[in-house]
Amino acid sequence: MSSAMFDLVLQATLDTLYMVAVSGVIATLLGLPLGVLLYVTRPRQILAMPVLNQVLSLVTNIGRSIPFIILMVAIIPFTRMLVGTSIGINAASVPLTIAAIPFVARLIEGALNEISPGLVESAQAMGATPWQIICKVLIPEARGGIITGLTITVVTLVSYSAMAGAVGGGGLGDLGIRYGYNRFNPTIMLITVVVLVVMVQGFQSLGDYLVRKSDRK
Amino acid sequence: MIELSNVSKTFGSGPRAVHALKNVNLTVPKGAIHGVIGLSGAGKSTLIRCVNLLERPSEGRVSLDGREITTLNRRELNRTRHRIGMIFQHFNLLTTRTVFDNVALPLELMGQKRADIKARVTPLLDMVGLADKARMYPAQLSGGQKQRVAIARALASNPQVLLCDEATSALDPQTTSSILELLRDINQTLGITILLITHEMEVVKSICHRVSLISGGELVEDADVGDFFTAPTTQLGREFLNDFLQLSPPKELIARLSDTQGPQSHPVVRLTFSGDAVSTPLISRLARECSVDVSILQAKVESIQERTLGLMIAELLGSPEQTQQAMAYLQAHQLQVEVLGYVQRDV
Repeated sequence: MSSAMFDLVLQATLDTLYMVAVSGVIATLLGLPLGVLLYVTRPRQILAMPVLNQVLSLVTNIGRSIPFIILMVAIIPFTRMLVGTSIGINAASVPLTIAAIPFVARLIEGALNEISPGLVESAQAMGATPWQIICKVLIPEARGGIITGLTITVVTLVSYSAMAGAVGGGGLGDLGIRYGYNRFNPTIMLITVVVLVVMVQGFQSLGDYLVRKSDRK
Repeated sequence: MIELSNVSKTFGSGPRAVHALKNVNLTVPKGAIHGVIGLSGAGKSTLIRCVNLLERPSEGRVSLDGREITTLNRRELNRTRHRIGMIFQHFNLLTTRTVFDNVALPLELMGQKRADIKARVTPLLDMVGLADKARMYPAQLSGGQKQRVAIARALASNPQVLLCDEATSALDPQTTSSILELLRDINQTLGITILLITHEMEVVKSICHRVSLISGGELVEDADVGDFFTAPTTQLGREFLNDFLQLSPPKELIARLSDTQGPQSHPVVRLTFSGDAVSTPLISRLARECSVDVSILQAKVESIQERTLGLMIAELLGSPEQTQQAMAYLQAHQLQVEVLGYVQRDV
């Protein structure tokens, strides 16, 4: 592989990691509270608010049902407002984040749903406030499920980020399409795919390791 | 002291409403161990959850030490709940916390300092005999050990009342008795009032002072444990007792029992002795004084708290006059006589 080609692959890899990291972190920061809210506002839950719950659930479902490639172009004005441009990796990180928030929220909600209701009940019997139940019971007890969910999110973001090329986003997917497909360079195509596979493997193994470490059952 | 007055709880509304509790009145004096026994679905769980308002009664009042808690706001209620410990059938320990940190949880919730928490948790673990398990996780413990952790946790905030929700139902008989012993110790040394619900007579027999029988959401019987075990006043109470004592006539005999007495048939009776009657040789006297023969089919002696209870199923052999006289004789000596039926004598 020529050094120019190497530089291209390296840059694309860093771009992909950058987009996944930015969108993954922001989506977790916003998706975790949303997921908790989706869970605790359910009927008969510690902060039961059925109307709010239905509204949040509807918004989450809408977010999840829009195909990513459409979402990406549909929110271009919003992206431009936020980062000043609609092309580049910063611009691509915006739709990635928007797409990942409801995804994270549903996975967190699912992880919380696995907790035995008895644990919440016993905390209530101890006089715990809803906030204390969230911080000291729900989130710690759902730790393994939450890490599993975030691992799935990161892996999904790696593959979504490959579509970012459609809006000039850069990254490995973009490289594969432009050099590998458009310029008939099978080596680049192959290298791109191999790097993506290694990256996904790496994230999955890291996630599995963290889940194992947190598991006390 | 726990006081429930006219407590009712209805789930749902309209034709599909479920009346889980109907007008329940219950007083548990300070320092007592009170059991509520009943079949599944009788309303036991709802009843015990009404005491710390995990379930809010639809009607009626709940008071703790004379102070009504049904009217408290959230904040005051949480503070009151620190004074009420609770343990559960499935222990409900946090799986991601060590034994030590599980017991520390209620103290953390109260905002206590780390040093104070340590000073409180260590002796509690000693008391329940798990000092060496402080760093372990619940998954590494047996069922009995988990319940001990749960008991230590329930006691961490120095409660005046301990609620036990089927606390021994998931444990084997041996572990059950060790947990019951621990509860009795706690009651005696710390003076904590205990309200427990159970479907096991064994639990009531071994630690309760008083017992209430719940059926269809109503308390149908409320008695000292000694009285309940010797003379339950309801049919359901008798069924619980007979199940517990496993005393009923052989199947083959039941099939032959008839409700009416013929000239050639003999009564089969269930005799319940308590108090002095247990130590008096009544059966042999009966044979001499009333000239009836007694054929004992089953007999059992149980000791309930400080009282001894004798039970016997016997056939009285003699003429109808003689057996009538014999039953009157037994009743005169403070025995309870229940005629199960009459059996035709084999020729």
